[in-house]
Amino acid sequence: MKRILLFLPLIAAVILGVVLFAGIGKDPTRLDSALIGKPVPSFSLPALQNPEQVLDQELFQGQVTLLNVWATWCPSCRQEHPFLMWLSKTQGVRIVGLDYKDTRSDALQWFKDLGNPYEVTIFDAEGKLGFDLGVYGAPETFVIDRSGVVRYRHVGVVDEKVWKEELSPLIEKLRSDNS
Amino acid sequence: MNRLLLMLLTIFYLGVVHAEVPDIYDFKDPKQEARYQELTAELRCPKCQNQNIADSDAPIAADMRDEVYRMMKSGAGNEEIVDSLVARFGEFVRFKPAFNARTFLLWATPAIAVLIGLLAVAAVIIRARRRDREGAPLSDEERARAARILSGQDGRDRRTDI
Repeated sequence: MKRILLFLPLIAAVILGVVLFAGIGKDPTRLDSALIGKPVPSFSLPALQNPEQVLDQELFQGQVTLLNVWATWCPSCRQEHPFLMWLSKTQGVRIVGLDYKDTRSDALQWFKDLGNPYEVTIFDAEGKLGFDLGVYGAPETFVIDRSGVVRYRHVGVVDEKVWKEELSPLIEKLRSDNS
Repeated sequence: MNRLLLMLLTIFYLGVVHAEVPDIYDFKDPKQEARYQELTAELRCPKCQNQNIADSDAPIAADMRDEVYRMMKSGAGNEEIVDSLVARFGEFVRFKPAFNARTFLLWATPAIAVLIGLLAVAAVIIRARRRDREGAPLSDEERARAARILSGQDGRDRRTDI
């Protein structure tokens, strides 16, 4: 009995070690979205390229969509842009843009210079929808299922690795789930 | 001398003026302002993670302060305000996590640790007491030997053992 007690500190240290080791390499700045499993918040905002057109949450009904939050003032968005172009051209994925706290003229110039990967872009000058989505740093990319429910959020640049490991498998799964 | 004093006072006064943060929010009474300060101090900025939204310069923290102020104006209670931000940004924004099944261990660990400590101390004390009470009982043989020694019949034992 006494012998076993002597090993208690060792056992405690091993358990603590395992717990702490599990935390190594985790990026503390990546937070799970609070909206996962919830529908896209309701909104009513103009389209970027056509101010007359009013968009709302119905936009996300019917097909699996990537919602990409971006802005011209965001350097990482520029870095991400070519990959989004490639995605929309070659992968047949529907991407909706959310131009976050931006000016219309800057954003339109951005499309002229770099191209437009989005089927449609929501223009959120005051960041209201961004706020409701819990966006805290552009770029952020949400995966939204056919019924308009948020399934996943990626904070930071979407690149080949993120696409292959996180987004693409999920999109495939959501597509096959509902059909 | 007076001049110097005046100059120094002016300099210090300037410092005071500069230190004052321009307050863009209007509060009806100091009580409400105190409530606002309290709320923004216990909400965590999702961008600069170890600052509260009162201290943070991140744009998202400014948006969150606006929202807190806006909701206060419309008569929302503290809990309602915090819950609405948690619904958007997650439990993460609470510096004081809510007490529920998921956070039970987080809150209860200190109490559990103290309890385990007290139990250990109690066990040690009880064991020591029991040992004292029971003494070190002698076997029949030892008792007989003790009697011999005490009555002086066994000289060898007395010399060597006592």
